[in-house]
Amino acid sequence: MALETQDIRARSATTTSVPPSARSFQPEVSKLIDLSRCIGCKACQSACMEWNNLRDTVGTFDGSYTNPPDLSDQSWTLMRFNETEVNGQFAWLIFKDGCLHCSEPGCLKACPSPGAIVQYQNGIVDFQQDHCIGCGYCISGCPFNIPRLRKEDSRVYKCTLCSDRVAVGLEPACIKACPTQALSFGSRGEMLLQAEHRISDLQERGLSQAAVYNPPGVGGTHVFFVLPHGDRPEAYGLPRDPSIGPMLSLWRSTMARTLGVFTMFGVLVAGILHYMRHGPLEVPGDGDENPGTKGAET
Amino acid sequence: MSGRDEDILLPDGKILRHDNRERIVHWIIAIAFVFLFLSGLAMFSPFFFWLSMLFGGGQLMRALHPFCGAMLVFVFYPYAYGLRKDNRWTSADSNWVRNMFAYMRKDAHFTDTGKYNAGQKLMFWSMVPIIALLFASGIVMWQPWFAPSFPPALRRGAGLVHAAMAFVMFVGIGIHWYAAFWTKGSIQAMVRGTVSQAWARYHHPGWFRNITGKGP
Repeated sequence: MALETQDIRARSATTTSVPPSARSFQPEVSKLIDLSRCIGCKACQSACMEWNNLRDTVGTFDGSYTNPPDLSDQSWTLMRFNETEVNGQFAWLIFKDGCLHCSEPGCLKACPSPGAIVQYQNGIVDFQQDHCIGCGYCISGCPFNIPRLRKEDSRVYKCTLCSDRVAVGLEPACIKACPTQALSFGSRGEMLLQAEHRISDLQERGLSQAAVYNPPGVGGTHVFFVLPHGDRPEAYGLPRDPSIGPMLSLWRSTMARTLGVFTMFGVLVAGILHYMRHGPLEVPGDGDENPGTKGAET
Repeated sequence: MSGRDEDILLPDGKILRHDNRERIVHWIIAIAFVFLFLSGLAMFSPFFFWLSMLFGGGQLMRALHPFCGAMLVFVFYPYAYGLRKDNRWTSADSNWVRNMFAYMRKDAHFTDTGKYNAGQKLMFWSMVPIIALLFASGIVMWQPWFAPSFPPALRRGAGLVHAAMAFVMFVGIGIHWYAAFWTKGSIQAMVRGTVSQAWARYHHPGWFRNITGKGP
């Protein structure tokens, strides 16, 4: 929900300036997910359910430790147990899936409903379900395939980065629950610094490809990862070089909207001008028994 | 459309141009178009989002829009199939197009125009593929039933195609509306179904000859 202590930086489908922006001196926050420390205990998943009052339906076992099998409107974060091979040996690349809170969010760009998606000054991208119309454009606009449409109410849900907790000075629920300090939360600068330190540690310990995943194609994210195998983001299920893409940018651009609307007005204006200049096309002497002789014929 | 009445000279001297069924179907399509255009415009540009209030708010508008579109498709194509013969392209139509601007300035008149002139035929034949593209791209975007089975990149492309085609359709329909308003007697023809003999002889002489057997 919109909390007044979290001023809004960007608001979906809004052409005028976003209110209010006077109190804009807010540090950006970030969540650091250090996958080299993650043991896949799913405490974060449980904490998310607890805090947000979410209860996903009980599914069936399909041979993977990933449970539930996918993100849903009731599962805003999910431990994915990616099964792959590293140096010829089986490896679990455990991954905490959920919203990355992009600096340039594709969902917000795609959304047609004013204020249904907002970005706070602290960087959190939040869905305002009371304004959501259920079109699903945010789902196709997201480079990470995160938002989920709830069929029961035709509204879209995803991780809020516990914007309600952050607004009152608490850390997100998942951070609080993590037993191995794989999750950290703080100001964006501090978190990036911590990630860099961790990368050098990991590289010293032989994980030469360890890297931070903070993709520039979406302006950086407010949830970033320390990937032990940073040369293979796809192995974790992350796109190598995510971006909003040209089709969405064109479709939702102010230029396309303005051009479209102005051309439509142009048709109206052309009609008015044509009628003023030439008048109606009438049958000469309509009602006569012998009309149609006056018009020039080709 | 099968079983439509033939265009005939009525006992009161008027000519039946559009029978009851054709007129009803035309106005169903017209109302559906207005609904789709206004609701689509609300979703296309935030400047027009207030239009969603006309349809019971954004949620309801978004839910109804695709159903209305599907209804238009199922009404339009049988209707278009019935109109296909009268919209066959002829050499007279090519001549009309060459003199289109003179016609718009009322500097040209044609003695061989059939039931529809070339402008009307162009409108007809442009709507056939445009509505198909709108339908196909609309299916790809239709939440929550169909959209999840298509990849996000395709859905983004569908959004672009849908908006572009809706825009072309609006321009086409805008010209259609203006032409109907400009050519006096046309709206009467689509409301009451009949036109005067003079109107038929002046605007559609080829059609007039077919019905009455008289020369222009």
